[in-house]
Amino acid sequence: MASPKASAFEYAPAPESRSVVDIAPSYGLFIDGEFTEAADGRVFKSISPSTEEVLSEVAQAGEADVDRAVRAARKAFEKWSALPGSERAKYLFRIARIVQERSRELAVLETLDNGKPIKETRDADLPLVAAHFFYYAGWADKLDHAGFGPSPKPLGVAGQVIPWNFPLLMLAWKIAPALATGNTVVLKPAETTPLSALFFADICRQAGLPRGVVNVLPGYGDTGAAVVAHPDVNKVAFTGSTAVGKEIARTVAGTRKKLTLELGGKGANIVFDDAPVDQAVEGIVTGIFFNQGQVCCAGSRLLVQESIHDELLDSLKRRLSTLRLGDPLDKNTDIGAINSAEQLARITALAEQGEAEGAERWSPACELPSSGYWFAPTLFTNVTQAHTIARDEIFGPVLSVLTFRTPEEAVAKANNTQYGLSAGIWTEKGSRILAVANKLRAGVVWSNTFNKFDPTSPFGGYKESGFGREGGRHGLEAYLDVR
Amino acid sequence: MPTTANAAPALADVTTSDSTLRRFLHGLPGVDAVGLEARAASLGTRSIKTTAKAYAIDLAISMVDLTTLEGADTPGKVRALGAKAVHPDPTDRTTPATAAVCVYPDMVATAKEAVAGSAVKVASVATAFPAGRAPLGVKLADVREAVAAGADEIDMVIDRGAFLAGRYLKVYEEIRAVKEASGAARLKVIFETGELSTYDNIRRASWLGMLAGADFIKTSTGKVAVNATPANTLLMLEAVRDFRAQTGIQVGVKPAGGIRTSKDAIKFLVLVNETVGEDWLDNHWFRFGASSLLNDLLMQRQKLATGRYSGPDYVTVD
Repeated sequence: MASPKASAFEYAPAPESRSVVDIAPSYGLFIDGEFTEAADGRVFKSISPSTEEVLSEVAQAGEADVDRAVRAARKAFEKWSALPGSERAKYLFRIARIVQERSRELAVLETLDNGKPIKETRDADLPLVAAHFFYYAGWADKLDHAGFGPSPKPLGVAGQVIPWNFPLLMLAWKIAPALATGNTVVLKPAETTPLSALFFADICRQAGLPRGVVNVLPGYGDTGAAVVAHPDVNKVAFTGSTAVGKEIARTVAGTRKKLTLELGGKGANIVFDDAPVDQAVEGIVTGIFFNQGQVCCAGSRLLVQESIHDELLDSLKRRLSTLRLGDPLDKNTDIGAINSAEQLARITALAEQGEAEGAERWSPACELPSSGYWFAPTLFTNVTQAHTIARDEIFGPVLSVLTFRTPEEAVAKANNTQYGLSAGIWTEKGSRILAVANKLRAGVVWSNTFNKFDPTSPFGGYKESGFGREGGRHGLEAYLDVR
Repeated sequence: MPTTANAAPALADVTTSDSTLRRFLHGLPGVDAVGLEARAASLGTRSIKTTAKAYAIDLAISMVDLTTLEGADTPGKVRALGAKAVHPDPTDRTTPATAAVCVYPDMVATAKEAVAGSAVKVASVATAFPAGRAPLGVKLADVREAVAAGADEIDMVIDRGAFLAGRYLKVYEEIRAVKEASGAARLKVIFETGELSTYDNIRRASWLGMLAGADFIKTSTGKVAVNATPANTLLMLEAVRDFRAQTGIQVGVKPAGGIRTSKDAIKFLVLVNETVGEDWLDNHWFRFGASSLLNDLLMQRQKLATGRYSGPDYVTVD
């Protein structure tokens, strides 16, 4: 545990028990209500990024498996879509309740497989997963009143590809609205975090969900590409990098598949000189260090009014010195592990580029564990719009600090990015919040807070951050035939 | 209006008039209530176990201002309280003494006798506690009597009416006058945060009190509906941290009222640890104004030592 200043009040280790979760040595694909091996017998390993320990061996879906899963989903679609909404709602409510009942187990599992602190899986991921299922369960019998005309129809089979940063939450964002609207699903979890999706498959069985309604196909990018390209998929939903998003858009171009993409971001967190400073500091920390900064809507660019720059940076540095980095299962850990060696390498390279381009790098005194993938919380000052670290998404615990002089300049700099997913505004002046928010080209604008999520609120991007909305009433549209 | 120099030479000019003081207090950074409460709640999820818990419980015991502030207080009650403060757990002499006993001014002499020969201090509420609704002369006489009777610490209440009416300089000058009347006794300034109601007011009152020379800033009297909360204490900790950064002067913090369990007390210690750090992890700089809290701390201490819970009959009722 890397509490930098040895204090009289050292917190003793408080690890959450691993025994609440029973991880099998191997897992199959989940197709048509059964766990099965891949047709070609291929498997891959899922490891715990905080220790590099192998957690389980997982079947790797190939094209033949994708075809089998899509057929199963197609077959299930007929009956599932014909169910009254109130009947589909019962399954979703049941899933939500089982998620709640098993939330401790799932939180520990997610922390092991992803590397994020148990504090976050316990207090953020799992409650939001359950809330998402509850929310869309409520819509299932009210689709006539959702604003998409009388009895809007589902699309059919949804091919969904999700990322590793919030494995179970992204699954919920995809599966809950798809099922509520009467679609069936073939879901491909990320190769570094397949386990919670497989546990979710078990929950589907526990809830008595009809066979084939949800199919889970672990695998790498080629598996995802096969799901996206399958001719009998009607809807493609993807959350992940902008580069892959563009590839998917090219794949589905010219087909009748409906597409939503939730891609990268370079969120601006704008702090005005009349901001509530202590809360702004907390919001900056939450904005960039929540989930080790591996968040598409992270507030990775801090735009601070020049007149309070030094003062704010002092406060921020003092606060960063209290962050506790270490064992993700320890209930007092604030910063966990980076998800993979590959991601760590990318973060490391971009941070080095920031230094090479002349930005000033700072991290609190922080001892990193000797095994696993770790990156100290880092901030860069003297960053300008011309720096790579101000433009490229780092997807790690790295904050770039820029300054502005006037609200106009703040807006201009905030919008000067290829992305447009999130932004934050910190000021005690209500009129300024409204004026600035109106000018920001970002799908989500938080005021005097950051990284707050709610299933009732639509989420999605402008520009290269993607299109389509997830969450809220708007999130239904992606799964309904309303073209 | 004659004004004395404030406690912080670095900020000498802010108390020269009502308008400069108002401008200064209203120029302090605002407080976002949702964010403040979220931060306090998130620190409340820290899991304090084994060695850390043992440390925290002993520290908390040593920080208790063991309090009785009832119309029914008698010399007998105060003597019993004094004995308990000196030896909180008669079955285990390794238990630390509390920081102080806190009584009404007319009980100071009795309390002094009861804790004689120990390090336990005697704190006295004064200035027409708890309402503070008396003429200044009466308030000052109240303070002088308490000090004359041997009080080591004075817990004064501010004039909330004047504060809410925006008469900051009146509040300031009254604290100055009480500080002077307190002499060598350390002065705790009670804001009655439940009556100030907004977090912005609590931050302003904190700075006002510190400028006027408070040795401690204290949340509440324990006599109104809302007393110490994690959020208002966090805010006051931020205030003493910022005040020291600007002036070099360290001021203590005392949440009072409503803290009844060890679990609560440990949460407050986490706030101290992660907001102002170990410089404040000492009963010279942080106190709990409480009465029933002590017994819960003692029961938890026994549990840690023996591995089992005893019961209310295994701690003294005083």
